[in-house]
Amino acid sequence: MLKYIVQRLIAAVPTLLGVAIVVFLMLRMLPGDPARTIAGAQAGEADVEMIRHSLGLDQPVGTQFVTFITRLAHLDLGQSARSSQPVGQEVMARLPYTVELALVAIVLATAIGVIAGVIAATHHNSRVDYLVSAASLFGVSMPVYWLGLMLIVVFAINLQWFPAAGADQPLSFVLPSFTLASFVVGLIARMTRSSMLEVLRQDYVQTARSKGLHERVVLYVHALRNALLPVVTIVGLQFGTLLGGAVLTETVFGWPGIGQLLVDSIFARDYPVVQGITLTFSSLFILVNLAVDVLYAYVDPRIHYGS
Amino acid sequence: MRTSIQESTMAASALTKAQSSERPDASDNLRLLHEMRKHKASFIGLVVLAACAVLAIAAPLVTPYDPLKQILRDALLDPSLSHPLGTDYLGRDILARIIYGGRYSLSIGFVAVAIGLAIGVPLGAISGFYSGWADMLIQRFIDILLSFPGFLLALSLVAVLGVGLENVILSVGISATPSFVRLVRASTLSVRQLTYIEAARALGQNDRVIILRHILPNTMAPVIVQATLSLGSAILLAAGLGFLGLGVQPPTPEWGSMLGEGRNYIFSNPNMATFPGIAIFITVLAFNLMGDGLRDALDPRLRKR
Repeated sequence: MLKYIVQRLIAAVPTLLGVAIVVFLMLRMLPGDPARTIAGAQAGEADVEMIRHSLGLDQPVGTQFVTFITRLAHLDLGQSARSSQPVGQEVMARLPYTVELALVAIVLATAIGVIAGVIAATHHNSRVDYLVSAASLFGVSMPVYWLGLMLIVVFAINLQWFPAAGADQPLSFVLPSFTLASFVVGLIARMTRSSMLEVLRQDYVQTARSKGLHERVVLYVHALRNALLPVVTIVGLQFGTLLGGAVLTETVFGWPGIGQLLVDSIFARDYPVVQGITLTFSSLFILVNLAVDVLYAYVDPRIHYGS
Repeated sequence: MRTSIQESTMAASALTKAQSSERPDASDNLRLLHEMRKHKASFIGLVVLAACAVLAIAAPLVTPYDPLKQILRDALLDPSLSHPLGTDYLGRDILARIIYGGRYSLSIGFVAVAIGLAIGVPLGAISGFYSGWADMLIQRFIDILLSFPGFLLALSLVAVLGVGLENVILSVGISATPSFVRLVRASTLSVRQLTYIEAARALGQNDRVIILRHILPNTMAPVIVQATLSLGSAILLAAGLGFLGLGVQPPTPEWGSMLGEGRNYIFSNPNMATFPGIAIFITVLAFNLMGDGLRDALDPRLRKR
């Protein structure tokens, strides 16, 4: 097991390196003169020179890359152009908000999605089944940010149950996490449904039933456990969608996470911060999918890693 | 000759399957009903999309209002007979802006997916046909693209390229590429082993002809389904960029940027955000309905799910 985890970690290194190269190129690929673009049209030549020097853009590309990778290895992501704070510090100060929101949303989405999927599968081709299918189709087709705004209109403006923005009280979590969860709940429900239908046709489910086991035991102990494997994959992959959705959700609700920081930094042309956040998001995504692969072993005892 | 025999056997077996499923069995009837419902849904999707396209193209005939002309004394009117969806903060008719906006949202979707197909299909075919270093290289590249999950790839690309219509189309198109590469590669891998490819090679046809004539046509069914579904997500993606202010810029009546403008008036005048959102929702839903229906029609293996 440990050997497998180490192997997977090593295999993730080239991808992470590739991501780092793309992020490195981001700044260099800015149209025209990057230093001039960052400084803005009004900036004087001296300011442009200063930015060029502080970003190391006056060095040969090879040297720039070596510096970039060396500093990255020390988790040094450079300095924010706006606040002159280290990028790492800025990102770390706001990362917990995004992680909290994403975790609450994924737990919510998995809980609702799995329950809805199981109900749909056990009531195959019934009205409930169609309802779940329709709801998940609606969920995938809906712009999240629009759903967020509509939730604000109904629950924050008209009913005044929850705050419309901010992250300062537990109630603040409700609307953003529901909005973000809606992004992926439909897919999780669909996957659970089809996987459950597949499993319910298997012989061992028949056996469990004919042993006289209670239907609930058959469903939740025998069938669901086996049906969950593809669901775990979807949850892992959808975590990426969720991170992207976080950028939109945080903007709608004024949530102080790194998604909003990313949008603000793009507007302010604060490229060191944009690079830092892009790297953070990708690394998170790669690590979560690694964790999902490892989780397989616990969900499915048939899988043995290593030799 | 050989293929025609294969086809006829396949047709025959399909026929027996169809006949066997026509037994007056209650659960099979239900399934059939379910199928019909699904296909009806995809037909509705098609009709809705056709209606959207016609409205967008014939916009000047449908609405008397100019989507860009500001009439400040008419600002933020509630829905009425003359302005069915009300007006925005600059006194522009919201319905007119949504109808004209369809031109932008739909064409962004189509051009972006076309870009995704143009890059993704050849890369996928090459990757699947020649295993080895080309496959390796392409797959690592796709891995890297996929490490910028979902919306973030398009967002990072726009951060570099800058905002505006062309850059949004390019960013969304590149974001759509990886799914096509993966899909075509997988189908190519499974087709490559078949006897008729071996036959084509024995006849002395070169790789280019084999890929173009014999492999790609057989990988098209899942690609068509994926392209339809990608149209929906491309529109969502572009609208999301517009909403953040990083997409098509105002005053262009693109649905996402209209929603973004509406966000500032959400407390006083929610109409401005509500209706463009519904327009996006209906269009994307229609593409998804159509894609699901096509999947059922083109890929019988998935039918029973």
